[in-house]
Amino acid sequence: MTNRNILIVLALAALMVAPFVVYPIFLMKILCFALFAAAFNLILGYGGLLSFGHAAYFGGAAYICGHALKVWGLPTELGILVGGLAAGAFGAVVGLLAIRRQGIYFAMITLALAQMAFFFFISADFTGGENGLQGVPRGYALGLFDLSNNITLYYFVLAICLGGFLIVVRAVHSPFGQVLRALRDNEDRAISLGYDVERVKLLAFVLSATLSGIAGATKTVVFQLASLTDVNWHMSGEVVLMTLLGGVGTLLGPVLGAGVVVALQNTLASGPLSAWVPVIMGTIFVICVLAFRRGIVGEINALIKRSF
Amino acid sequence: MLADLLGIPPQLLFGQLLLGLISGAFYAVLSLGLAVIFGMLNIVNFAHGALYMLGAFASYFLLKILGINYWGALILAPIIVGAAGIVIERFLLRRLAGVDHLYGLLLTFGLALVIEGLFVKFFGASGLPYPTPEALKGGVNLGFMFVPWYRAWVVVAAVIVCVFTWWLFERTKVGAYLRAGTENPTLLQAFGVNVPLLTTLAYGYGVALAGLAGVLAAPITQVAPLMGSNLIITVFAVVVIGGMGSIMGAAVTGLAMGMIEGLTKVFWPEASATVIFVIMAIVLVIRPAGLFGRTA
Repeated sequence: MTNRNILIVLALAALMVAPFVVYPIFLMKILCFALFAAAFNLILGYGGLLSFGHAAYFGGAAYICGHALKVWGLPTELGILVGGLAAGAFGAVVGLLAIRRQGIYFAMITLALAQMAFFFFISADFTGGENGLQGVPRGYALGLFDLSNNITLYYFVLAICLGGFLIVVRAVHSPFGQVLRALRDNEDRAISLGYDVERVKLLAFVLSATLSGIAGATKTVVFQLASLTDVNWHMSGEVVLMTLLGGVGTLLGPVLGAGVVVALQNTLASGPLSAWVPVIMGTIFVICVLAFRRGIVGEINALIKRSF
Repeated sequence: MLADLLGIPPQLLFGQLLLGLISGAFYAVLSLGLAVIFGMLNIVNFAHGALYMLGAFASYFLLKILGINYWGALILAPIIVGAAGIVIERFLLRRLAGVDHLYGLLLTFGLALVIEGLFVKFFGASGLPYPTPEALKGGVNLGFMFVPWYRAWVVVAAVIVCVFTWWLFERTKVGAYLRAGTENPTLLQAFGVNVPLLTTLAYGYGVALAGLAGVLAAPITQVAPLMGSNLIITVFAVVVIGGMGSIMGAAVTGLAMGMIEGLTKVFWPEASATVIFVIMAIVLVIRPAGLFGRTA
């Protein structure tokens, strides 16, 4: 076995044992946000497109999955799938509009359309307004395993998030991923080589939105709640922070970033600094942008490259 | 009358139109500032909403601590906010020269979180009252509607600011330099113009406009830490609709979007929060560069 394979096996073993060591709900929160950040990184890190509206897919899917499970009584995995597909459909609409502009405009358009979604969820009847959609049943995985047990649920969530992550890895290493990176680095050249740049961008955007939706829907199952926090623009900023902190354009960076941010928020929220959370998050943001643009994984990679 | 034909009482129609005009005045002044900053720095200032809030808080403290009234605040608060902006540009944004402009957006986003977070921490999320200046209390009855003097003043002030900014950019030497800096900063620097200073001043002026909008808003909306947080996203949509090409384009689009929002409140209240975003989507389909924008 190569070193890389050994590391993968060790990581998987750690993930299997983790819920017996650490509080499973906390782990599942990290897993959901890790998938969210990895999906977001697909278009920021590999496509060079900054979406500032990814909360719409995460939070939108959270609501739709919650509604599907609670009111329509769908099986859990189907509910999550419905949430993800709905997010992908909305992502297709936003993507079609947003890829008409580049750079900063792209960010503003995705943000504005996500804000529109936010206003929709605030006023729609089924979302429960300020209270959120509460008491979503967790149900059974494949109709067999009772998900009200946190350990069982953990393995269910782990399977979904690992699956989503593998899709991201596969997409990045596919010819499609190569084209995506090519147009990030030099869009004009990619066009001149005959690639349908708009189609590639849109496809990446829809894939990213769908996986973000799956992450949000899974989060609803874990917490049995979908709320306005999930769909607010602060959430869009949070996923940017996770990706930036971990390392834009690296596969493991967003996962690590999500872990750090969620762990930090959980630690701070229960301590004396709870009122300072937005200030601390903002400060980390500023420091990352000014001095730490490669992120944790990016810095480590650079260090390894320099040493060998 | 048209309004009667549609079964809408004129008081309601004109009342909402006036409210729309007021929001439009704020959209105009805020998107004007964003356009000025974008021109020189090529960044979208996400901290604009936070600095607008800072303007409102500055006028509140000027009154509470120093006893300086509204008219003094109208001059001083934009200067204070502008000075804060100069510090931000000089010590933070300047460091991002040469990296992707998206980092400017992310930096100002982080700053917005810090500034708004600090104010929420110390003043809570609810608003503080700011009195309407004595001279602008009351209003005038136009027969078909009642116009409070202060609201009329906000619209007039916004128009003055827009016209002044247009004059500054299109008719003065500094404005010519700024426009040249937008086109080609390297060449301008080669002619011996101090471009970094110009950039700092442009950022300072842009955020001073946000501060001014904050002072104008203080007697209307109350002074609250998150007053600019959602507003700024609507202003982004306004900027996308207008395109960032021209000063007047930003101002006109701002006022127009406010009026449309006001009209929507009369005819279809549920849609009033989203109408500007829908218009943005339509404009992107028909004219991706924005109504007044130049295609890159």
